[in-house]
Amino acid sequence: MAMLSFEKKYRVRGGTLVGGDLFDFWVGPFYVGFFGVTSVFFATLGTLLIIWGAAIGPTWNVWRINIAPPDLSYGLMMAPLTEGGLWQIITICAIGAFVSWALRQVEISRKLGIGLHVPFAFSFAILAYVTLVVIRPVLMGAWGHGFPYGIFSHLDWVSNVGYQYLHFHYNPAHMLAITFFFTNALALALHGSLILSMVNPQDGEPVKTSEHENTFFRDFIGYSIGALAIHRLGLFLAINAGFWSAVCIVLSGPFWTKGWPEWWNWWLQLPFWS
Amino acid sequence: MKMLNGKALALAGVGIATLLAGCEAPPPEVVQNGYRGLAMQTNYNTDRLQASLDANVPPEPIPAAAPGGPKAKDLYKNVQVLGELTVAEFNRIMVAMTNWVAPEQGCYYCHVNEGFEYDGIYTKVVARRMIQMTQTTNANWQDHVADTGVTCYTCHRGQPVPEYVWTSDPGPGQPSMIAPTGQNVASKSVAYASLPYDPFTPYLLQDNDIRVIGQTVLPQGNRSSIKQAEWTYGLMMHMSSSLGVNCTYCHNSRSFYSWDQSAPPRTAAWYAIRHVREMNNDYVVPLSEIIPASRKGPLGDVYKIYCTTCHQGAYKPLYGAKMLKDYPSLAQPLPEGGLEAVKAAKEGVVEAPSTQAKAEPMEAPAPAPAKAQPAQEAAAPPAESAPEAEPAAAAPAQPAPAEPAAPAASSGPQLRYPPPSMMQYPPAPLQYPPAPAPR
Repeated sequence: MAMLSFEKKYRVRGGTLVGGDLFDFWVGPFYVGFFGVTSVFFATLGTLLIIWGAAIGPTWNVWRINIAPPDLSYGLMMAPLTEGGLWQIITICAIGAFVSWALRQVEISRKLGIGLHVPFAFSFAILAYVTLVVIRPVLMGAWGHGFPYGIFSHLDWVSNVGYQYLHFHYNPAHMLAITFFFTNALALALHGSLILSMVNPQDGEPVKTSEHENTFFRDFIGYSIGALAIHRLGLFLAINAGFWSAVCIVLSGPFWTKGWPEWWNWWLQLPFWS
Repeated sequence: MKMLNGKALALAGVGIATLLAGCEAPPPEVVQNGYRGLAMQTNYNTDRLQASLDANVPPEPIPAAAPGGPKAKDLYKNVQVLGELTVAEFNRIMVAMTNWVAPEQGCYYCHVNEGFEYDGIYTKVVARRMIQMTQTTNANWQDHVADTGVTCYTCHRGQPVPEYVWTSDPGPGQPSMIAPTGQNVASKSVAYASLPYDPFTPYLLQDNDIRVIGQTVLPQGNRSSIKQAEWTYGLMMHMSSSLGVNCTYCHNSRSFYSWDQSAPPRTAAWYAIRHVREMNNDYVVPLSEIIPASRKGPLGDVYKIYCTTCHQGAYKPLYGAKMLKDYPSLAQPLPEGGLEAVKAAKEGVVEAPSTQAKAEPMEAPAPAPAKAQPAQEAAAPPAESAPEAEPAAAAPAQPAPAEPAAPAASSGPQLRYPPPSMMQYPPAPLQYPPAPAPR
């Protein structure tokens, strides 16, 4: 892989968290590091275990392959490999790979002397996953509460978990999460289209810069958040979407077993308008 | 800046405290209803489950009556339904009923000064009809009540009028042009969702089609509307909260309609809907003419049965305690010869399949006792004729996974009682039942 001439000056030694100089090298464009090695190890092992699980399962139909967690009766114990133990090991591999990936981002950031915003943001995705397959199952007392690994099967899980609480759209944290996801998409669409409109001006016009960006939004909605702050807003929306997703599912079961519509009875019990 | 941070922190603290105040403590009690990882499961809060278990304990059975002796119909006057019992068993069931239904009011809740045989008090007439309903339920609706069966106590729990009953709901009566048109009120009847708040009238009294989902992948010819689906969901929410379960107790939500992906309790629930409809139409509504206005809803219809009436938050009423086995006189309409004849018939039936088994392997021995019963009743005239009875008769004709085992329209002899104008209504406080549970 060809390397751009100016990239060389960024390929500096140091900044590693673990392993010192041992893994401080690049393979092609990719920085390796200790966590690059562990990322590849966990990702490969987990993927191979999924393929093995598919091989001993009833189908090779990629939509229907299903690596299911153990029965609830196993509680927080290890289960036999073919009865959910595979799911447990794959879960360990997945968490190992995701956390390694985040720590590799930390090492690269340290190497470059930049902030840790990228691993911080990515850690919210990891938090959401860990909430689903570790925190919530532990709070509910069985690994079987994790979601199964399979395209259709995990959708069935999502649907059934929602209906366990009668009507999941009444879950207040779910409402917040959905709102953040949608707002995030709106902000990204507005930002992306605005930038593209600046570098793709009408015929005969020069490429525009941030003054035009600000002016467009001031004309449009009376306010422009600005070139830097739109990225702050984007990060805020995105990590809140992930965070409230984690909250909405960790509430359902460990902290709330009734239907979600009933949660809103506090409103009906308020004094003067009920 | 520091001040601001302090205030913000305090505000956030209050917010978090409010959120936590409504929370339950983990871990919940969970029952797995499907394949691992499918998330078909019932979740119970352990404290509330314990409270429900404590609240749903049946009373101690009354010791069995001494066998033999004269028949009640020979010793007492005007015993229309339980006459075939021995006097000892008859008096035992009378005591049991008093304990179950009118423990404070006693015998005089139904029997008055004119004599124990006197029918001129509506509570006695209603009680007699309810005995018939209980007997028919236990004999004909085992697909719903299984061999656990029901007794008076299943619903009454020591109260003359069961605590959980329904009447047609006229709605909140908003003085507005945008009235809620049957929904958009946080209603207890549908687990506080905004779904239609009276799903009982269309489904548990009338026999509207509950199934709204299409049979094809693409929408070809299914004219059901979202609004119709909301009525169905309203009924389902009621069933969920009545039984203390959630949708996944019966359904795999990836395919609600599909019987082969549903859990077994859905079959019982299918029969249960038809059963409740029959009880309302054949037994409860025909009593309207003698039931006082104080026991009717705002639209003048009598208190009727729905899932909560018996279940009261338990997936099986009284968590499946087998009360009926101690009161065999409620297990079926009594044939000529009373319980002795029932016992003899059962023994005969149990022996019979062993010889038939080779010839007819399809016929399971279990439904046989239930089938034997309607045969004896075939000659009996149907219960009080009422226009409301027609929908119930039509109900079993609906397309279904399997026809009900024996949906006989009704059973038992035609009751005789004085006209409503001659009926006595006991003075307060007896005639004041609890109002239907507020929405």
